[in-house]
Amino acid sequence: MAAISKIATGNGHGENSAYFDGWKAYETNPFHPTDRPDGVIQMGLAENQLCFDFIEKWLMEHPEASICTAEGVSKFKETALFQDYHGIPEFRQAVAKFMGKVRGDKVKFDPDRIVMSGGATGAHEMVAFCLADPGEAFLVPTPYYPGFDRDLRWRTGVELVPVVCDSANDFKITIDSLQSAYHKAQEANIKIKGLLITNPSNPLGTFMDKDTLKNIINFVNEKNIHLIGDEIYAATVFMEPEFVSISEVIEEVECNRDLIHIVYSLSKDMGFPGFRVGIVYSYNDTVTSCARKMSSFGLVSSQTQHLIATMLSNDEFIDNFVAESRERLFKRHKYFTWTLSQIGICSLKSNAGLFIWMDLRKLLKEKTFEAEMDLWRVIIDEVKLNVSPGSSFHCHEPGWFRVCFANMDDYSMEIALSRIRNFMVKNNETMVPPRNKLWRRTSLKLSLSRSLSRKMDDFIMSPSIMSPQSPLVQART
Amino acid sequence: MEFTRKNRQLLSRIATNDRHGENSHYFDGWKAYDSNPFHPIHNPDGVIQMGLAENPLCFDLIEKWIRENPDASICTAEGLDKFKDIAIYQDYHGLREFREAVAKFMGRVGGNRVTFDPNRIVMSGGATGANETAIFCLADPGDAFLVPSPYYAGFTRDLRWRTGVEIVPVHCKSSNNFRITRAALEEAYEKAQRSNINIKGVIITNPSNPLGTVLDKETMRSLVSFVTDKKIHLVSDEIYAATVFSSPRFISVAEVMQDMDCNRDLIHIVYSLSKDMGFPGFRVGIVYSFNDDVTNCARKMSSFGLVSSQTQFLLASMLSDDEFVGNFLRESSKRLAKRHHVFTKGLEEVGISTIKSNAGLFFWMDMRPLLKEQTTKAETELWRVIINKVKLNVSPGSSFLCSEPGWFRVCFANMDDKTVEVALDRIREFVLQGKEENNHEADKSQARAQRWRKQNLRLSFSSSRLYDESLMSPHMISPHSPIPHSPLVRART
Repeated sequence: MAAISKIATGNGHGENSAYFDGWKAYETNPFHPTDRPDGVIQMGLAENQLCFDFIEKWLMEHPEASICTAEGVSKFKETALFQDYHGIPEFRQAVAKFMGKVRGDKVKFDPDRIVMSGGATGAHEMVAFCLADPGEAFLVPTPYYPGFDRDLRWRTGVELVPVVCDSANDFKITIDSLQSAYHKAQEANIKIKGLLITNPSNPLGTFMDKDTLKNIINFVNEKNIHLIGDEIYAATVFMEPEFVSISEVIEEVECNRDLIHIVYSLSKDMGFPGFRVGIVYSYNDTVTSCARKMSSFGLVSSQTQHLIATMLSNDEFIDNFVAESRERLFKRHKYFTWTLSQIGICSLKSNAGLFIWMDLRKLLKEKTFEAEMDLWRVIIDEVKLNVSPGSSFHCHEPGWFRVCFANMDDYSMEIALSRIRNFMVKNNETMVPPRNKLWRRTSLKLSLSRSLSRKMDDFIMSPSIMSPQSPLVQART
Repeated sequence: MEFTRKNRQLLSRIATNDRHGENSHYFDGWKAYDSNPFHPIHNPDGVIQMGLAENPLCFDLIEKWIRENPDASICTAEGLDKFKDIAIYQDYHGLREFREAVAKFMGRVGGNRVTFDPNRIVMSGGATGANETAIFCLADPGDAFLVPSPYYAGFTRDLRWRTGVEIVPVHCKSSNNFRITRAALEEAYEKAQRSNINIKGVIITNPSNPLGTVLDKETMRSLVSFVTDKKIHLVSDEIYAATVFSSPRFISVAEVMQDMDCNRDLIHIVYSLSKDMGFPGFRVGIVYSFNDDVTNCARKMSSFGLVSSQTQFLLASMLSDDEFVGNFLRESSKRLAKRHHVFTKGLEEVGISTIKSNAGLFFWMDMRPLLKEQTTKAETELWRVIINKVKLNVSPGSSFLCSEPGWFRVCFANMDDKTVEVALDRIREFVLQGKEENNHEADKSQARAQRWRKQNLRLSFSSSRLYDESLMSPHMISPHSPIPHSPLVRART
């Protein structure tokens, strides 16, 4: 048979990792409250399902947002024919405005720099194609999103060089570690073209303070390498301090803007991964122009551009949505982490993202990745939760797990928590008070601000948010 | 845009080379249109767009269906309960109903002589993404594909730019109506071998862009046996399959394979709804491979360009409506036939011939008699006259890599009937004027031609002027255009 390409026969797609075993377990036996109460609960999927009621209400009030309603069908033809890779102007304006709002309106985004791509997946690949040649590399702090291995490397031939971060300082990125990784790469004759950061971080759920960002920008400026900031989780920041974007910091620091690029998407902040709305926002004119040409390979459907343009240009809706989303994420996060702490499980202190970075190091038989895999298999097969082992995020310390909390309804969350509780009790890991006492505990011995404790009372009263299962192979997890 | 040495070092080779193909002079016509687009009332002397292969003839049928089927949308009262499921659906397999509906549609378009398997339907970012994905799966950088010319100008970018794969044209000639002959394929193949170019496959577009013709069974069989012999791939871009409006009928490579001894692992189809349905904005590209490994690989790659789940949902509903589809296909063919007939008849009346065609959204016009000499230069000059004097944006054959100067692709479906009349009038006038001139003394006509030449747009091959993004930005697009038809920016033309 005629050979197919090296790309096609290699493993660059990254799907042969053990990481996907959990997915398989889930797919063959997915949890359902009534049909399959003993099934595996999906906690490996970083989806934001908490605010669909809000969105659906808006849709009912705005039929003109669709080109398929009586109010919108007059736009059907011109939208269906529109394939201009600049994108619908109203779409770009609405996205630029939304990006600004999500960053507290501290910075303005230029609609003419908004370039579309096939989700953030497509955006990352496109940026790699623009900035680096095959064999060149990007520095990426660990732990990082597993999809980067495919998105940045598979078809581009570009390499990733990890910058190891560890728990001793809460996995913060230090300039020392960046310098060290950079020099080590140089010694190995690897040409570093840039640094990729995800801020807020996946899987950590933390984000960087202004000083750290300034240092990073100084670092890339000094080395004359690119900085790619994946800010896909920007609107998932649910607690103070306020999120600081690279776009804000470059206004305060002297730097070569031609080195600065942002990747964005509506998949996490809005909860629309299916709509494939990826954005490349570069401060470099050549990159913007090149990426725009490349966007032909993954434009956003004009039908979706139209919907998003209408939705995101509605200021009142957006302000309310962002606030509501934060509120619900905060509640979910707080309840989840608090309950876990009662069972003796800690996680990295975080205030963003759709997941927590759970610390199960003390449950490891030994401090090895084999032990982590063993524990993980137990969690999948016995506890019946699909969580993601730290090794799949290239974490250098075994025992950490990413656990998603925003992709399920309250009931599933309760089941998940009780399974964890039962597991811990069985393993004599903690003296866990019985469930009913937990429910009645209203005065919480936690050092919380007043607003936080008000929120705590709220979540106990919060209505159930039903969500369907999503037994899928995800474009992004 | 001038690439400074600094940029070259800072960015990738891909970002700083020309392989995106937009520096072709082909885009001058677009510029002329964009700065002066025709409008029957607001700008009756503007340039008429005849370089855009779009199919807007049946939107009335589609809009009627949309109104009658509110549950096809996730934003209507009837469909809202599906909104969440669809908005979070990012499985790269694609919605099952979508794949089934597309497979069924492809079967119908092929006259139901073949059944397509929904599990082989793989999504991509339009046919643009589909062609690129196919190449990424089949070839390594430096490898090459044979492509019969004339061929779609976008292949230069789609097949080559980010893949690093090359195109080796197989020049077809008007003497036999641009048929793809086994001899021509063999010759191109051997020549490539001698130059140490590794040919990985052949790409055909059937029905052909820009010719508007369908490949007959014999040619199809010859292609399949050629690739089987050489152990190379065959990618058949069938994006215009449902634009066939008269006989002979469209024959998919899938049909031909059925009664042939061939290696199915070599056969791949690229499809899209951009031309057949008139939905280029929805970016519905399909890779359909008979090779399991390629299907699996392409499916993983589809993450880079999945079809929006909102759009998958709409199309799943629309394309599974058998009655609607049957009616649509019939009506679309009828209207294309009628439009094609009006044009070709009008051209015949003034002595302009076209390749006999029965498909596509364009015809391949023979302007060789009007060339001052049989050269590409003369073709380009004639083209500039057509743009600036006749005020029609047509596409010169050289932009399709046609080896014979004098041919032009002219799109006929992307305008209303009134505009068709105006376009025909202008052509008639131009040709008749040209005939008058020939009756004058030679020097008088030379003088006028020289004046015309001076008035022509000065063609600049420098990328910096052509790709001045500020000119191409939406702000510069004429307010008269109903849609900002920015030139280079077409995902596909």
